[in-house]
Amino acid sequence: MHVVVITKSVPDTEATVTVDGSGNVSWGDKLVINPWDEYAITEAILLKGAHNVTATIMTIGPDEHKEALKHGLAIGCDQAIQVWDAALEGHDSLAYATAAAAAINKLGDVDLVIFGKELSDIASDIHVFQTARKLGWTALGSVAKIDAIDFGAKTIQVQRLVEQGIQVVTSQLPAVISVIKDINEPKYPTFIGIRKAAKADMPLWDSAELGLSADDLAAPVKVTGYRELPKREGAVQMIDGASAAEQAATLADKLLEEKVL
Amino acid sequence: MNVFVWVEQHSGAPLSSAWEAVGLARQLAGDGTVTAVVLGHNVNDAAQTAIHQGADTVLKADDTTLEHYRFESYVALLTQLVDEHKPDIVLAGATAAGRELLAGAAADLNAGLLNDVTDLSLEGGRLQAVRPVLGGKVLSVEAVVSDGPQFATLRNRAFPALESDTGRSGDITDVAPALAEDAIRTKIDSIAETTGQVSLTDANVIVAGGRGVGGPEGFAPVKELAEVLGGALGASRAAVDAGWIPYEHQVGQTGKVVSPDLYIAAGISGAIQHQAGMRTAKVIVAINKDGEAPIFKIAQYGIVGDLFEVLPALTEAFRQRFNS
Repeated sequence: MHVVVITKSVPDTEATVTVDGSGNVSWGDKLVINPWDEYAITEAILLKGAHNVTATIMTIGPDEHKEALKHGLAIGCDQAIQVWDAALEGHDSLAYATAAAAAINKLGDVDLVIFGKELSDIASDIHVFQTARKLGWTALGSVAKIDAIDFGAKTIQVQRLVEQGIQVVTSQLPAVISVIKDINEPKYPTFIGIRKAAKADMPLWDSAELGLSADDLAAPVKVTGYRELPKREGAVQMIDGASAAEQAATLADKLLEEKVL
Repeated sequence: MNVFVWVEQHSGAPLSSAWEAVGLARQLAGDGTVTAVVLGHNVNDAAQTAIHQGADTVLKADDTTLEHYRFESYVALLTQLVDEHKPDIVLAGATAAGRELLAGAAADLNAGLLNDVTDLSLEGGRLQAVRPVLGGKVLSVEAVVSDGPQFATLRNRAFPALESDTGRSGDITDVAPALAEDAIRTKIDSIAETTGQVSLTDANVIVAGGRGVGGPEGFAPVKELAEVLGGALGASRAAVDAGWIPYEHQVGQTGKVVSPDLYIAAGISGAIQHQAGMRTAKVIVAINKDGEAPIFKIAQYGIVGDLFEVLPALTEAFRQRFNS
């Protein structure tokens, strides 16, 4: 029985992001674990505690993503695997999913793959569903709670937060899920965990190891550049007044003039 | 260009995001055909409405196995239809289901997908998109570079829908589901709908509360203003983590990303994580006791004051203006 968490390092949310004249983006050096992945890793550790399962943490990314792997090991994942190849440079969600699915297939005995709901850097979640499809498994997105999981009978029941409310679904394992903040209280690395993680061996699987060709990893979507956001016009207009009622009246009139109501 | 649009519906009621996608499809299609793909159960009206909203034809699968969106059954059918009809472009609203469905079908067909875009155009027959990334701090320009069908999901409210034209007519063709119930591994046990609330991602107006509301009861004046404005109720992470309001209301990095016409932030300091979820709102109003709060840096209008005085006064001011 085997649970895999897929993670990534992303620029710190606090970072100052700049775009140069050629459309290149930079955000300083500081990377953090994708915020949603804290919940994914914690859920894998909770499953490991409740069932006799192996928890593996995996990243599809270059060496700087090993920090995210160490974070997972320090919290209690059993092993970490880095998947990367020069052919993945400039990859899109499809190439990412192809590599992730090949790596999961190589592990062979995986029952459940857990992703954080989305990647905060590219603001996207499509890689989750494309990985499921490349595996031929079902995907359950935005899981707020695992109600029941039976690794023997290969079934899972979850609560999903959908736009209409809470949906309870039962599905079969193996499956891919993505998790949201409601699912648990994130665990953080302990000092001993961090020391153990620093010494851990993290194998690198390249495309040859995964049996993939450069064609298999071709990206049908390319990022061609970055742009600054259109500047907001003018500074904030502070509404003063002798009383809250006066301020409210002024603001209400201004908002009606803006025609946003 | 021939364009497919997936028309998302719930209990037969289509979402406005589907009509926004049909509107853009019309523009991209030029002389080509816009085909609405309507999947569900008892969806005759939705199919007809798709024609009125600008589609030329409809492919309709009406079956009990399709009553609710499920990843496997919907993806299998969309993949099959795209493979058979070979549209140049496939669009949907970037709702949770829209993103999942197009991601799945694009993966099946090894096709390019531009996700959650705020601008989309054709350059030499290939789709090019703009989308906010890195917490909404910059825009990324992305393009499809492969042959074959090109997929894109459109951010809610970023593209205008066309006026409904009930004089339009078009063919509605029935298609069969791709999977029988036995072949679908996921079963829906129950759906608890949150009724009577305006969805955050669809809302024109959002009134949101943060740490400054002080407790669960503190959301009462926030909610009252939202109701008067016909808007949705939002919250910062601080208020959600304190247990004052359910997570589904959270706006920001680990919550929802919204772009309403009007966003009123009350008692929200405006941490960068919160800004990541609401920066693209057209007009931002900040109400906060602390005049130095970062939220004022991105707001158009600000009031330094006690939200428990300002919000009820604002509710009253709008009531008077709407009644007269």
